Amino acid sequence: MAEVLVLVEHVDGAPKKVTYELLTLARSLGEPSAVFIGNGFDNAKDKLAEYGARKIYVAADAELDGFLVAPKAEVLAQIVSSSSPAAVLIPSTPEGKEIAGRLAVKTESGVITDAVGVDDGFVAKQSIFGGAINVSSKVSKGTPIITVRPNSTAPEAAPAQPTEEQVSATISDAAKGAKILDRVTEKKGGRPELTEAAIVVSGGRGLGEGKNFELIEKLADTLGAAVGASRAATDAGWYPHTNQVGQTGKTVSPQLYMAIGISGAIQHRAGMQTSKTIIAVNKDPEAPIFELVDFGIVGDLFNVVPQLTEEIEKRK
Amino acid sequence: MNIVVCVKQVPDTWAEKRLSDQDKTVDRNGVDGVMNELDEYAVEEALRIKEAQGDGEVTVLTMGPDKSVETIRKALSMGADKAVHLVDAGLHGSDALATSYALAKALGTIEHDLVILGVESTDARMSVLPAMLAERLGASQLTFARKVEVGSGTVKIERQTDTGYDVVEASTPAVVSVVEKINEPRYPSFKGIMAAKKKPLTTLSLSDAGIEADKVGMAGSGTEVAEFAPRPPKQAGQIVKDEGDGGSKLAEFLASQKFI
Ligand SMILES: Cc1cc2nc3c(=O)[nH]c(=O)nc-3n(C[C@H](O)[C@H](O)[C@H](O)COP(=O)(O)OP(=O)(O)OC[C@H]3O[C@@H](n4cnc5c(N)ncnc54)[C@H](O)[C@@H]3O)c2cc1C
Repeated sequence: MAEVLVLVEHVDGAPKKVTYELLTLARSLGEPSAVFIGNGFDNAKDKLAEYGARKIYVAADAELDGFLVAPKAEVLAQIVSSSSPAAVLIPSTPEGKEIAGRLAVKTESGVITDAVGVDDGFVAKQSIFGGAINVSSKVSKGTPIITVRPNSTAPEAAPAQPTEEQVSATISDAAKGAKILDRVTEKKGGRPELTEAAIVVSGGRGLGEGKNFELIEKLADTLGAAVGASRAATDAGWYPHTNQVGQTGKTVSPQLYMAIGISGAIQHRAGMQTSKTIIAVNKDPEAPIFELVDFGIVGDLFNVVPQLTEEIEKRK
Repeated sequence: MNIVVCVKQVPDTWAEKRLSDQDKTVDRNGVDGVMNELDEYAVEEALRIKEAQGDGEVTVLTMGPDKSVETIRKALSMGADKAVHLVDAGLHGSDALATSYALAKALGTIEHDLVILGVESTDARMSVLPAMLAERLGASQLTFARKVEVGSGTVKIERQTDTGYDVVEASTPAVVSVVEKINEPRYPSFKGIMAAKKKPLTTLSLSDAGIEADKVGMAGSGTEVAEFAPRPPKQAGQIVKDEGDGGSKLAEFLASQKFI
């Protein structure tokens, strides 16, 4: 069976859930090979085997960590040229998409981003224009390079005994042009990451002030959910920018999305419209968010949300 | 420092966007075109850099049909100095691979130290083009910038990340993409609008830019749309007015869907 490369997304070696999703997807299309770039491979090894990697390429050059995107694309391009895989699957994160774009140029291949599924023959499924149209596309030139959104496939373990191949990447000076001087973390810890969470609870201007995000956080915590925010809320400084959902924030596609005090502007919808189940609480019955919902409550969030949180606690 | 800002005309944000039944490209007929919102931030940032430096030129570059001149005019009336319009029937249907090639070729005809773009366009939403351009031009990639500082021959940005930001530095030439947090774009003044009419606008065809015709357009693209369909209409949701029991009703719904 044809080899399908999966770029491992990880934090200090610990793979993110999307990696297991892509390995699972790759298994349905061919033989999955994981490509691990960076430090901390020991933290990844067993997990990649557990999720069915038949082969693991390891590029652990310490130098790779101080640079963005470009060196990773070079490593991948070297592996693509030596192993001629049937396709390359990359997590559809901002950096993943950029790596995919550069890899496409290097290998003169077509690139498809934001796939929500990949079928036989590497037909990628996308949902475009804010979810209004479903598209199937194919790469017609070179090696199919497809970035796949987190939460597109349910990860399933399928233990394998992967072979390992060390890749000694030669990184060009050009790829080392942009140097990372500092990495600053602004996020509050403890909750699942927005793009990976199964449930996202988001708050907007309707909360009135930053302190009231406590209501959202409490509700999120009873559900094990991530917390999102509209741009109105992040711009007002009520919640960190890293939690913004929408066109210029994160794109999320959870099982359940709850919009609390959010009107549903088109730029907000662009980041959440493909969520499987959508719920809104808004006091304005005309709010555009209600066009999207599976279930909506027209009412004051300051009454509805605490009652909901309490009710969920009771049912636990 | 000479700066080129790449801008794109896209269907109006609120317009219902469609794919054409004939060739499966974005249908631009009968839809108002506007400058891609994020590109306004790119134009603004270029103007601010020029104003702070006190020298250099800001050129707008766009690739697109004749109608895209409207978007060029807007950038010129905001304050850009001149414009280049890459326009050729052969470009129709270009995907990211082909577009990045064509734009890189056009950029080759304009002297520059920096290229600035918005992180993504509101129609295609791929956000790969800035990285692809950096790759093609052999320029440093400084993307997802929420802050840009220009030194002598170097550029430092804050790159927005999932968890905060990275401080990234590179020497010029560089490709910078900006997020909307970076600034507040200015509105064109009346004076600006009048001045824009007299600013130089160069039109480039494929051959002017040295673009090989078989590497662009639909045939030169690396991807093809196999089929598309409107999303099956979602069953109208249930909307309930809160009569004091809205929270409990919601909890019931969540339980019925096995979320709790
Ligand atoms: C280039 C660009 C990019 C953008 N990117 C994004 C993006 O990524 N993400 C994003 O979210 N936006 C984005 N926006 C902004 C977007 O256009 C909207 O302004 C924003 O989403 C509005 O946020 P909101 O829904 O919280 O606020 P509003 O639109 O003000 O809505 C607040 C809602 O709360 C309701 N409400 C008020 N009080 C209560 C109460 N007590 N109980 C219940 N409901 C109540 C109101 O009825 C209203 O519907 C972008 C805009 C631009 C121009």
